[in-house]
Amino acid sequence: MTLLEAPARESTGGGLASAARNRLQQLLAFASLIVICGFFSVASRYFFTYGNFTAILFSTVVIGTLAIGTTFVIISGGIDLSIGTGMALCAVMSGVFLVDLGLPLALGVPAAILFGGLIGLVNGINVSVFKIPPFIATLAMMLVAGGLALVLSDSAPIYFTDVEGYVELSTGSLLPGVEFPNAVLVLLGAALVAGVLLTKTVLGRYTYSMGSNEEATALSGINVRKWKIAIYAFAGLFIGLAGVMISARLGSAQPATGMGYELQAIAAVVIGGTSLSGGKGSIVGTLIGALIISVLNNGLQIMSIPQEWQNVILGCVILVAVYADMLRKKET
Amino acid sequence: MKARKIGAALAGAAVALTLAACGSGDASGSGGGEEPYIAIVSKGFQHQFWQAVKKGAEQEAQKRGARITFVGPATEQEVEEQMNMLTNALAKQPDAIGFAALDSRAAAPLLNQAQSSDIPVIAFDSGVESDIPATTVATDNKAAAAEAAKQLSERLGGEGKVALVVHDQTSLSGTDRRDGFVEWMKENAPGITVLDPQYGGGDQLESTNITKSILSANPDLDGIYASNEGSAIGVIKGVQEAGRDDVTIVGFDSGTAQIEAIKDGRMAGAVTQNPIGMGEQLVDAALKALDGQQLPKAIDTSFYWYDKDNIDDPKIREVLYE
Repeated sequence: MTLLEAPARESTGGGLASAARNRLQQLLAFASLIVICGFFSVASRYFFTYGNFTAILFSTVVIGTLAIGTTFVIISGGIDLSIGTGMALCAVMSGVFLVDLGLPLALGVPAAILFGGLIGLVNGINVSVFKIPPFIATLAMMLVAGGLALVLSDSAPIYFTDVEGYVELSTGSLLPGVEFPNAVLVLLGAALVAGVLLTKTVLGRYTYSMGSNEEATALSGINVRKWKIAIYAFAGLFIGLAGVMISARLGSAQPATGMGYELQAIAAVVIGGTSLSGGKGSIVGTLIGALIISVLNNGLQIMSIPQEWQNVILGCVILVAVYADMLRKKET
Repeated sequence: MKARKIGAALAGAAVALTLAACGSGDASGSGGGEEPYIAIVSKGFQHQFWQAVKKGAEQEAQKRGARITFVGPATEQEVEEQMNMLTNALAKQPDAIGFAALDSRAAAPLLNQAQSSDIPVIAFDSGVESDIPATTVATDNKAAAAEAAKQLSERLGGEGKVALVVHDQTSLSGTDRRDGFVEWMKENAPGITVLDPQYGGGDQLESTNITKSILSANPDLDGIYASNEGSAIGVIKGVQEAGRDDVTIVGFDSGTAQIEAIKDGRMAGAVTQNPIGMGEQLVDAALKALDGQQLPKAIDTSFYWYDKDNIDDPKIREVLYE
């Protein structure tokens, strides 16, 4: 417990109270998730089944992975709009490595993930060295990545039909005896790694610290410029991972996809209690936020709510979540 | 402390409220009932074209005593979203599925799942590369695009320079409507120069801008072909904004703006599919499959060329949507 809270306390200086507040925000989000699940379970007899729960988890994987990386960027006080089309570009790169160049799986997949890190690295350099505001730097990257994905793929999907084992990365079931997609295990693994890095390492500590007060962090002798690049590059790895996961699920790299995923991922981060002004947030919260979005999508569809209304409801939930968060903050 | 509690209560209450407000929609959702239930997963839902397919499906379902739901992703690039929708549709254990695949190979595992639960699948709008669908209800896009090329060539007297504003370069409907046009011109109209296709994503504003740049780069342009409703509206606007009235425009699909433009002569004409008929035939095929009837491999929903002269023909009127 103490260990877990230590970085947040050191950086924000809020002490135990701030840690408790973070807890509460997570509880609030978690409670909303339970309430929503309870509601759908009563409303539709098709909701509360094992098959449907794995379907929900499965549909959370891509947005969840993107949201985990973005959590770091947002806590550090930045924003990343390039994750959606960046993901499409990484999916295409995975196709280039595995299909066009014929690299083995053990080489091609890490290469595609590292390519995501490269996208993040460029974002980080633009933000940190050239001082371009993150919104603009990553907006530009969003366009560049989306365009490159089309160029590199000749505007046609790249199919992984002949790459043995690639689709199984997502849809296979490694757990013996049960139907549980590997993709969900990948998401949980990624969340675990990110959670540990955010709460127990220097990278995490500086992420919070920069988001709370960048100047003070710099004055205390930390090389803010270098660490900011590191944060964007690290978050980029999740863009790469999401690119691999989406193309593995679909069995193809879809070059034109990805637009709009960034907003969904940011929504998941915010619903999970991470503050858009930086300094606060957690990976668990982000996961819950991503789950709330996919449970709502799934439940509303299972209830056969007209599609036009599904977006209205989703929007209202985001508003409520953020408003509740603001009420909580105003109090301190 | 107080604010905290209020916040928590507010979040919970609002979520419950929003959902309760929509509870009315649920009655038709999970009610079950005896009438057959057909879950339709389309390529989109907000375009007039898909709304017309939906309308056709609803009409036929009502007539035959069936129940349908109709969903589709916001854009035709969201393949993953469509997979989620198909998964959710299967979870509702429908009697039959209507499916317009954005990427047919991506859907293979889910289609297998439908097959193993004995849920017949009817493909519509574009084919699915698989034996699972009982039939495919679709328009021959290539032939329809060739018809547009033929009409444009006739109006230009087989000579001139034409451009294409296409809605998409990755989907099958986009490439078929592009290739059908380009190939017909290449084979049948040696006097016509075809510029490289430009892509506007089916977005009206984007297509407007593209049209204007094509016109500035090619002042001698004689004709433009637009490959769907959004592109066509954009082309009409672009030509208008560029102050040109000597460019012959041929389009695709219908919709109020396009119909108006054809009536007042800004547009020469367009090829239309039969979206309402597509919806009707989709439901009809699903019900036949449930009856155990044998279906043909493909059901052609045909296309029509319409212009100023035949736009009020009842047969044409019937297939146009506003």
